[in-house]
Amino acid sequence: MAGPDPMDAIRKTFFLECEDLLEALLEGLDALSAGTGDTDTVHSVFRAVHSIKGGAGAFGLDRLVTFAHRFESGLDALRTGRIEADAGALQLFLRAADLLGDLVRASRDGLPTDAGAEDSVLADLDGLLGTLQEEREEDLDFAPALLAIPLDDDDADDAPAPLRLSFRPHEELYLSGNDPRHILAALSRLGPTEVTCHTEALPDLAALNPESSYLHWTVRCAPGVTAADIEGAFEFVAGLCDLEVTADADPVPAAVSVPADLPPPDKIPPGASTPAPPPAPSSAPAPVATTQTPTVRVDLDRVDRLVNLVGELVINQAMLSQSVRQGGLPPNSPVMAGLDEFLQLTRDIQDSVMMIRAQPIKPLFQRLGRIVREAASRTGKAVRLETSGEGTEIDKTVLDKLTDPLTHMIRNAVDHGLESAEVRRAAGKPDEGTVHLAAHHRSGRVIIDVSDDGGGLDRARIRARAIERGLLSEDADSTPSDLDALLFQPGFSTVDTVSDLSGRGVGMDVVKRAIQTLGGRIAITTEPGKGTTFSISLPLTLAILDGMVFEAGGETMVMPLGAVLETQTVTGADLDALTPESRVLRVRGRMLPLLDLGEVLAHHPRRDDLAGCVALIVQAEGGSRYALTVDRIADQRQVVIKGLGDSYGPIPGIAAATILGDGQVALILDPIELREHAPGARRPLAETMP
Amino acid sequence: MTQAVPDPGLAPVPEAPPPPEDRQIELLAFHLGGQEYSVDIMSVREIRGWSKPTPLPHAPGYLRGVINLRGTVLPIMDLSERLGLGRREASGRDVIIVIEAEGRTIGLLVSAVSDILTVPTDALDAPPDLTGEDGARFLSAIALHGDCLTRVLDLSAVLPPVKSALI
Repeated sequence: MAGPDPMDAIRKTFFLECEDLLEALLEGLDALSAGTGDTDTVHSVFRAVHSIKGGAGAFGLDRLVTFAHRFESGLDALRTGRIEADAGALQLFLRAADLLGDLVRASRDGLPTDAGAEDSVLADLDGLLGTLQEEREEDLDFAPALLAIPLDDDDADDAPAPLRLSFRPHEELYLSGNDPRHILAALSRLGPTEVTCHTEALPDLAALNPESSYLHWTVRCAPGVTAADIEGAFEFVAGLCDLEVTADADPVPAAVSVPADLPPPDKIPPGASTPAPPPAPSSAPAPVATTQTPTVRVDLDRVDRLVNLVGELVINQAMLSQSVRQGGLPPNSPVMAGLDEFLQLTRDIQDSVMMIRAQPIKPLFQRLGRIVREAASRTGKAVRLETSGEGTEIDKTVLDKLTDPLTHMIRNAVDHGLESAEVRRAAGKPDEGTVHLAAHHRSGRVIIDVSDDGGGLDRARIRARAIERGLLSEDADSTPSDLDALLFQPGFSTVDTVSDLSGRGVGMDVVKRAIQTLGGRIAITTEPGKGTTFSISLPLTLAILDGMVFEAGGETMVMPLGAVLETQTVTGADLDALTPESRVLRVRGRMLPLLDLGEVLAHHPRRDDLAGCVALIVQAEGGSRYALTVDRIADQRQVVIKGLGDSYGPIPGIAAATILGDGQVALILDPIELREHAPGARRPLAETMP
Repeated sequence: MTQAVPDPGLAPVPEAPPPPEDRQIELLAFHLGGQEYSVDIMSVREIRGWSKPTPLPHAPGYLRGVINLRGTVLPIMDLSERLGLGRREASGRDVIIVIEAEGRTIGLLVSAVSDILTVPTDALDAPPDLTGEDGARFLSAIALHGDCLTRVLDLSAVLPPVKSALI
C-alpha cells in the first residue's frame, strides 16, 4: 500500500487477465450449451473461475472470492460428473458468469454493487448442489466433501499460503558432511524460493571457529510447496538441525517447532484438488483448442501516437509527391518510381498500424449474449442468440462506442421483434425465437447485422402511429422504405405499453445518432412474418474518414461521404424562393430546404443566382434531408481526421479538420449541426471580454 | 511547459533582492503598428514563415484561421487586430510566432521579429493604469532598453477566450 505504483500495476494486470478469463469462461459455457464442449471445455471453465478467485484473494476482494468460490464449487460438481451439464445447469452457470463479470468490473472500478446481487444465483447454486446432496445422502464417500466446500475457509481449500521455514543447522550437520547449500538448492527446485541468510551470529574473524555453526536461514517457499516436500528436502539432516515451518500468511504463526523431526502437515489441506496459487502461470486459461499466437499488451496511447504519426506520414508523402510533380519531372524518372514505391509502403504501414487498433468483435458479442438472456427472462420469451463472424476486427474506439446502440437494438429485437410463444406457434414457427448477430467486412467497412425471426415490421401500425404523432399526414403516399425509416424518428414507438426493456420512445433515433457519430449508416430490411434485420455499416477506423472534397466560398472543405445521398447541378428552374429568406430545391419531385454553404459559413454574403452550383443532398437528423450548395466538387478521398478542440473551442457546423495533399488545412463539416445552426448563422459571435 | 518567469516584474519589490544573475528576463521583440512589443522568450516555441490560414467560420475577426504546423492544426491570431491596432493585410514576409501559454499553443501573426532583449527584471515596470484603453489590458509590463520602450505582452490575456467565445 505504501508504494502504490507496483501494486497498482499488478492489480491492473489482474483485471486485464480477468477480462480474458471471463471471455474464456463465457466461451466455454457457450460451447457447452451448444453441445460442442468436452471434458477439456469443462476444465477450462473451471480454471477460469478458479484463477479469478485466486487473484481476487491476493487483492483481498473478499466478496469476489466468496462468490467465485461458490461458483467454482458448482463447476467442480460438473467437472467431477456429479451433476449433468443440462440446459438448466448451464443457464444457471451463464447467469453466474454474468454476475461474476459484474463483480469483477465493480471491484476494478470501485463501484458499489447491490448487496444482495448474488443471492438469487447463490440460492440456485445451492439448490443445484442441494438436490445433489439429498440424492447422494447414502453415498458416504461424497457427502463430507460436498458439505465441506461451502463451509471451507476460502484460502485453505486449494490456494494454500506459502510456507516459511527457519533452518538452523547444528554443528553435527556439517560434521556429517552435509551442506546447507544442497538442501536450499533442492528447495528452490520446487519453485521460486526466497532464501535469507542470517549472519548476525558470525563473530570477528579472530574469534571464528571454523568448525562451529554460526549461520541460519529463513526460506519462503514457492506457493504450492507442501510440508511433505520440505520433509523430503531435509530428510538426510533430520535431527541435525532446528527446523520450523510456518504458514506465511498466517498472522499468528502457528509455529511447529520440531528440533529432531519434521512437522506434521497440519496446515496443509488434505489432498487439495488443485493447489494452484493465485497468479500461477499454470492456471492461465487454456481455452478451447485454439493455437494462441503470442501477444503483447500495449498502452492505447502509444498506439494512438503511432496512428497519428502514420497519419502525418501519409500527408507528408502526399505533399512530397505533389511538389515533385510540380517540379516537372518526367513520370518515368527514378524519382517518380521511387515515390510510387514510397506511396505503396506508406499505405501498407497505414494499414498495418490500423490493424493494431483493430480488435475482434467477439467480446462485444459475448456481452450482448447476456443482454439477450436478461431480456428473454424478463419478457418470458425463449430466445436463442446465434452469432457469426465473431473474428471480424474493428477499431477499438468504434467497438467501445458500439455497445450502447447494439444493446438497445438487441433489446428491441427481443422485446418488439420476436412474437410471444403462442403467436409463434400459430404461425408455425418454433417456440424459441432466434436473434442473429453477424459481423463481416465488406469493401473497407464493417457490416453488423442484427436479425430476428419475428413477425417483421407492422407497417400499417407504423403508419397509424406516425399519423397519430404528426410525423406523417393522413393522405401521404409513403413507400414501405419511407415507413421503415420512420422508426428512426425521435419519439416514435409502436408499442403501446412502455416496457421495462425498451420502448421508452428514445429508441432507434438515439441508436441512429450514435451510429452516425461513428461515421456509420443503418438500414432496415423486413419481411412480414419472417423477421427484421437491422444492418449497420461502419468505417474501420475513426482516424480516417471517407470524405467528399469540394470548394465553397473560396475554401476547400470536406463532407463525410456517408452523409451525402446524391449530388445535383443546380439550374435556375429547380430553385424556388419560399420566403425572401429561405429557398427550396426541387430534387426528383420533392422539395428540399436549400442552404448555400458559403453563406452559412459567412464566407460571402447571400447570392441570388445559384445556377451552376452543385447541390449536395445531405442527410440530417431523423432522416430529413436538405440541399447544400457548393461551388465545385473536387474529389472523393480518405482524409485523416484532426481535432480542432484542443487550443480552441468547438465551432458550430465544423466537426474537425484535415490536412490536404498541398499542406492546407481543410475543415470537415458536421451535416447535422450545420443544419441546426443555419437559421441564425449570420448572428455575429460577440467576443467575450475578460 | 510552465512559464519560467511568471511576471516577476509585477511583484512588489522584495526587501532583499536576490542575486542579480537570476533576475533577468529575455524577451523576443517585434514591431506592430510602429510600436515595439515583446513576449517572454520562454513561451516561444518557434518562429515560422507565413502560410495562408484556412478561415474558421464565425470566429472573431482577430482569429485568422488555422494552419498546418507539421500535422497539428494551429490557430493563427492577428496580434495587431487583437490589440486594437487594426487588421494587418497579410504579406508573404510576415512571420508567425508560435507560442505556448496556459497549455495552449497558438500562432501570433506579426510583420517581423526584431530582436532578443535581455532585461533585468527590476527594469520592468507595471504598465500605467489605463483602464478603458483597449490595448493596455494585454500588457504585463513595460521596460526601457536604451532609448526604446518595449511593451511586454500578457499572453494569458492575449489568448482568445476558450469555447465560450465560439459557441
